[in-house]
Amino acid sequence: MRYSAFSIVKQALSGNRNWAPAWREPQPKAHYDVIIVGGGAHGLATAYYLAKEFSTANIAVLEKSYIGSGNAGRNTTIIRSNYMLPGNSAFYELSLKLWEGLERELNYNAMVSQRGMVYLIHSDSQRDAMARAGNAMLMNGSDAELLDREQVRRLLPYLNYDHARFPILGAFVQRRAGTVRHDAVVWGYARAADSRGVDIIQDCEVTAIRRQDGLVTGVETSKGFIGCNKLALATAGNTSTVGRMAGLDLPIESHVLQAFVSEGLKPLIDHVIIYGTGGHFYISQSDKGGLVFGADLDGYSSYAQRGNLAAVESTMADGVALIPGLSRVRALRAWGGIMDMTMDGSPIIDRTPVDNLYLNGGWCYGGFKATPASGFCFAHLIARNEPHPVARLLRLDRFERGFPLDEGGKGPQPNLQ
Amino acid sequence: MASLIKCPHCGVRPREEFSVRGDASVVRPSPAASDEEWHRYVHIRENPRGPYREHWQHAAGCRRWLVVHRNNVTHEVYDVMDAATVAKEVAQ
Repeated sequence: MRYSAFSIVKQALSGNRNWAPAWREPQPKAHYDVIIVGGGAHGLATAYYLAKEFSTANIAVLEKSYIGSGNAGRNTTIIRSNYMLPGNSAFYELSLKLWEGLERELNYNAMVSQRGMVYLIHSDSQRDAMARAGNAMLMNGSDAELLDREQVRRLLPYLNYDHARFPILGAFVQRRAGTVRHDAVVWGYARAADSRGVDIIQDCEVTAIRRQDGLVTGVETSKGFIGCNKLALATAGNTSTVGRMAGLDLPIESHVLQAFVSEGLKPLIDHVIIYGTGGHFYISQSDKGGLVFGADLDGYSSYAQRGNLAAVESTMADGVALIPGLSRVRALRAWGGIMDMTMDGSPIIDRTPVDNLYLNGGWCYGGFKATPASGFCFAHLIARNEPHPVARLLRLDRFERGFPLDEGGKGPQPNLQ
Repeated sequence: MASLIKCPHCGVRPREEFSVRGDASVVRPSPAASDEEWHRYVHIRENPRGPYREHWQHAAGCRRWLVVHRNNVTHEVYDVMDAATVAKEVAQ
């Protein structure tokens, strides 16, 4: 069923009792051409683009819980493309372009809101670094702007401009950045993939990867064995756990990252604001009115989807230092997501030493904004067996060959990325 | 993660006093080791789910390097030992 103003009126007249489910709940077939493990936004986007752009039929997405129950539902919904390094910049710019056309593409309201991102500058050297990054972005066909202190003050009068340690000297702005409703991205891709015949199988946990003569033949799951010609992993957060089933050695540590949402408030924050202090603090306001803000990693290896009070306290302290008006706002909910932290802070979309096994993971903090390009490039890789031009540097063997994509210049230390 | 860590030298201290380096299971190879061994040491991680040993430093206390043995799913801390003690035990 195509969604439109007409369909809303028509369904309303019959009491909204006749909406068809947005996707089917099929039983797994014995064999698929392509199985994608992980029913998050990346896995579902991959399935959609495989079916649509690369004319692949007979695809299944296996999800151990319900779709969107992992990091797709545990992020701060920010989209942006302020990356500088070749290998990252074109990839994230493709992603932003796909976000811009996503709702028409999927016939689904994903609430893509290009409200602009304001990345604050607190020192002269930081301004220089931002100018350099912004120029690199402009040369790559993206958008970037540098604002001085008074321009920022006109835009965001409620910030603390005279903090003793982190005064605000200006800002780096990407106007096309913004936020998207995260669950709607999952549902939109799921519906669009399903309508092209993709089987989305929930509550189906992969427990083993069966191999024969060096090739994957299928997966053991909680719903029995399912055969496949090609297996694609999109299980960021648990990439090491799933990769181990196929004997992959991965440059990944799992870490917990927390985020928070406040009680609903009247419109207060019109942009995505990023506190450029080195510690992470970023905030936006959802359409329901809650302030959505996030943090830095807790710092230790973790597979628990919850974090520590020390990180909560430092995030709140950062928030109040930046926006003193937040001091009496109550946090409503907190959650933790498990990040695949790689050794250089950049993701992996690549073939693996097993010929018909493909890997998508290592998304660190950057998974949500990358969703459309990740799905598109991963589908390209699976269908054509060669990387998409904008993702060709996101290789698994770049560490071994000495070509890391260390955007932050932090070295091989996953909890600093 | 527990909010309190029992340092073997300083006793029970808040987690904020410690900094985390990472996986304690990898062992630095000799300078003459092959590129492959160095790659595995610098980049490749087992990243297990469950019991885990990690190097922490009591940065705002005795500044000793410690090995924190804990569970990265339940966040239970089993024990904390001085890294030098662990190294001596391994050497024996």
